Amino acid sequence: MKKTIHFTLNGQKRSIDVAPTEILLEMLRERLGVKSPKCGCDRGDCGTCSVLVNGRTLRSCLMLAVEIDGAAVTTIEGLGKDGEMSPLQKTFHERNAFQCGFCAPGMILSATELLARNPEPTRDEVKEGLAGNLCRCTGYTPIIDAVLEVSRKSGEGK
Amino acid sequence: MAIQEAFEYAKPKTLREATKLLRKNKGAMVLAGGTDLVGYLKEGFVSPSLVIDIKSLAELKKIEFKGNALHIGALVTFTDILESKVVAKKLPVLREIAEKVASVGIRNRATLVGNICSAVPCLDSGPVLVAMDGVVHVKSTLGARKIPAEKWFLGARKTARKPGELVTGVSIPLPKGKAAGCYLKLGRYQGEDLAQASVFVLMVGGKKPEFRVAFGSVGPVPSRGRRIEKSLNAGESETAARALVGSEIKPITDIRATREYRLHMCEVMLERAVQAARARLTGDGPAYGAAII
Repeated sequence: MKKTIHFTLNGQKRSIDVAPTEILLEMLRERLGVKSPKCGCDRGDCGTCSVLVNGRTLRSCLMLAVEIDGAAVTTIEGLGKDGEMSPLQKTFHERNAFQCGFCAPGMILSATELLARNPEPTRDEVKEGLAGNLCRCTGYTPIIDAVLEVSRKSGEGK
Repeated sequence: MAIQEAFEYAKPKTLREATKLLRKNKGAMVLAGGTDLVGYLKEGFVSPSLVIDIKSLAELKKIEFKGNALHIGALVTFTDILESKVVAKKLPVLREIAEKVASVGIRNRATLVGNICSAVPCLDSGPVLVAMDGVVHVKSTLGARKIPAEKWFLGARKTARKPGELVTGVSIPLPKGKAAGCYLKLGRYQGEDLAQASVFVLMVGGKKPEFRVAFGSVGPVPSRGRRIEKSLNAGESETAARALVGSEIKPITDIRATREYRLHMCEVMLERAVQAARARLTGDGPAYGAAII
């Protein structure tokens, strides 16, 4: 039986009827047209389907859509403000911290959560924070460098 | 991958309602974090008629210290454990365990209770529970039961939970004296991986120190190392205890490691875990979570 769920998607209130079997990732991509979360491994290992739910990164491939009733969901489309990219997005862009871009939304969302909880992480803490996001192009170094650069910038501002 | 088999979804507001739903629907399954269950649903590994989402049951989201035991509710995630002040103060080795589970995005959702309900042989939550005489709390419309952790794990993916029972939490009795522990997990690479083998050691200080030892991922269920405990309790060294590892565990060769490698590494890990626990007890050991293997 379908259930009507209400939630916030990137700051906007949404309501949608979902079947209990619908996966959050499918609903976001196929029904709401939000294409930044990708289906990589489809089993929670690769992190390309990451979305922020109430500020925490979760694997949208391992969640039923019906579970987000009442929650606030943020995808990378919702990170910037007033048409400006977030500092992490900007720095990933400037540092060329991705090649094909498949992993980038998940990487940036994981880094967003990490810096929100730990504004000045060590290199090892960044590695641990991103350990569930796989990149098959850049070899991680520019990604980790980008996150550390943003953390230093935010540290300077204090 | 879409889920092929249809099911109904319920989100009860009370524990009573949840256990009633479980009793009435024989084909029901319980959903907490869903990091295992949703995967199983997609693969067609399970096909419940009803999925009971227990995330509204706030009383199951608690970590408490009472009656000299640490209680962890069924909705407590590994991230909750990592961020808990009670855990950091009373049983910091539990943080070392939680930290080694998968990755942040999984830990934000996956629960310790879900881990022991899935009961795969490589689970990280098993060794600490069997070593420390943990207790699994279940409830049904017929009443409540407390099941010792060693009797909870019956086989790979098999537990003592009976139909209609909901696991409400686990409790870990804490030793009276000052104690320190160590959990070592062997993986194929750093970062997220399932364990090839794992060792848990707890050392309780005093004139005659007492040890607890358990192994994971080297048999269908986590297993206690009682011969090793006896030897260490008698004052034998950890190097001497290594020789007993082969009498405690009978690992198999599979896709993640060979039998020989698992046995050898369990000896190495046992020795280092005892050394780390001993050093932590006196306050100069490696920080919890530090790389020891």
